[in-house]
Amino acid sequence: MSTATAAQDTKPESHAHVRARNRKRWESARTYVFAALIVFWCLLPAYWMVVTAFRDVGFTYDATPFFSHVTLDNFRAAFSTATGNHLTRALVNSLIVGVITTIISLLFGIFTSYALARLNFRAKFLVMGFILAASMFPGVALVTPLFQLFTNLNWIGTYQALIIPYISFALPLTIYILVSFFREMPWELEESARIDGCTKAQAFRKIIMPLAAPGVFTTAILAFISSWNEFLIASQLSNQQTQTVTVAIASFTGSQPHQEPYTAVMAAATIVTIPLVIMVLVFQRQIVAGLTAGAVK
Amino acid sequence: MSTEPQPGAAAKTDRPGSGDDEKEIAHRKEATQGRAASLLIAPTTIVLSIVILYPVVLAVIQSFQKDEGLDKATGLFVAGGSAGLANYKHWILQQCGGVSCPPGTLGAQFWSSIGTTFFFTVATVILETAIGFGMAVIMARTFRGRGLLRASVLVPWAIPTAVTAKLWFFIFAFEGIANKTFGTSILWTGSAGPARAGIIIADVWKTTPFMALLILAGLQIIPEDIYEAAKVDGVTAWQRFTQITLPLVKPALLVAILFRTLDALRMYDLPQIMTGGANNTTTLSILVVQEIRSGKYNSASALSTITFIVIFLVALIFVKFLGINAVETTTVSGKGKAK
Repeated sequence: MSTATAAQDTKPESHAHVRARNRKRWESARTYVFAALIVFWCLLPAYWMVVTAFRDVGFTYDATPFFSHVTLDNFRAAFSTATGNHLTRALVNSLIVGVITTIISLLFGIFTSYALARLNFRAKFLVMGFILAASMFPGVALVTPLFQLFTNLNWIGTYQALIIPYISFALPLTIYILVSFFREMPWELEESARIDGCTKAQAFRKIIMPLAAPGVFTTAILAFISSWNEFLIASQLSNQQTQTVTVAIASFTGSQPHQEPYTAVMAAATIVTIPLVIMVLVFQRQIVAGLTAGAVK
Repeated sequence: MSTEPQPGAAAKTDRPGSGDDEKEIAHRKEATQGRAASLLIAPTTIVLSIVILYPVVLAVIQSFQKDEGLDKATGLFVAGGSAGLANYKHWILQQCGGVSCPPGTLGAQFWSSIGTTFFFTVATVILETAIGFGMAVIMARTFRGRGLLRASVLVPWAIPTAVTAKLWFFIFAFEGIANKTFGTSILWTGSAGPARAGIIIADVWKTTPFMALLILAGLQIIPEDIYEAAKVDGVTAWQRFTQITLPLVKPALLVAILFRTLDALRMYDLPQIMTGGANNTTTLSILVVQEIRSGKYNSASALSTITFIVIFLVALIFVKFLGINAVETTTVSGKGKAK
């Protein structure tokens, strides 16, 4: 604030002015209080997960609110296969299934999204409605017939038994998000490039691809996260060999029967979650754009 | 570069004389675009037909078959004859082979699981909408540290639901931090009330941020100067909220509620992992899976078809009575979002 206005401010400080300023201060204080509440509410349970993951088993139920009795034993226990847990394999399985599902969904989704965003045709709303309906489809309605079908085909325990049903939610999601990204792209640049002497292929490679890349990348992240987090289908259509991380965490067993190895489970949960959280925080802006553009989980 | 302007100029001189041609060109353009579009869309349609339509048709066919038709020894399907509507009667009319289903069996749980599913849906959607709206209003304000707020909101969203379930299961353990913090000694997963409350809290924690982000996107489309003008006119904060914010954010809000509702109706992960469906927390999805696990595929098919129809009907009611046009709203909001 310049000195001129400051001087002006001090002189005729009327009651109305003071009141308005106080109200503004009060309002911003309230904003901070609520914001702090939200941050605590969102982070505390996740924080507790990490604290427990680093805590000695003997102090599982210790209520100390900060890191205490710190140990790495739980992480060793989480990766140990002695009690029939295969977290490493589950991580690999989730990665394979997630990546393949994402690639297939993008492969098909890009073309359809381009058509829906750029071309004029009569059945546009019908197709969009069909895809929307598909994304709202209950997974359990697929599990019943597929469980029997895959059992007959001897597919339970193969990757395709997971990837095929995963496409049912990843592909509609992909199309949904890509359409809104594509719609906002400055497509007139393609035409200017053509006028400047580019061939259609050149225009696509040099202009459209770099422009579309961030949107496609964001979509890939969201599709990957949605398949990484899937539980219902994975719990029914996988076996020990193809178990994904969510199933591994849900069925984590300890050395003692009927006693949940909480600290080890929290360590496993931390391992599964941390890469995801880092990825989400790094690409925060894009992910929020993608989420709200698609309006689908 | 020097030859560049010529084609453009030629095209310009060509145009004026041919008004009719232009219309025809536009028409032809749409026709070629239509052909291109169907080529681009066909692969997706085929894939979705294979992964969704085919299993669903299979399920519907199976739901009219008798379960005895499955040869337990070979695991192969042997046509066991038509069951007519028996599988549906089994669930809806609670008929187990001529007599009504004895309590405790899966069949007897149908109506209670419908009730549980709708209870969870209504409770979580109302809470998530209300809290999500509050969060969105705070997130829309400009203040230092807003980045931190928006980042931390994404954390629950990023955590897989299965992990969320385990985490809250631990928090709600008898000796867990929830009981210790509040000085209570509740067996959270031991009886219906606390078990349901625990599941709802976990779901609200996990999903409210998503709701808040959707509502925030709706809030950001509202131009700031409308509020300024209203303030100048002496409109109170509450009036600004009910007269400006609510009506303008309504389309985005309704779509968010629709998506959340349909998502909540298929709830599975949280109750399955936290209680295993015990103590009145069996949702429809859990019941279907339990029926599959007991080997009755055909009656499970009937139940999953019922689940599908229930969700479809709810969506229909939303679209009909609340006038949501999800297709159009999302198409339009996609355009408005850039600003």
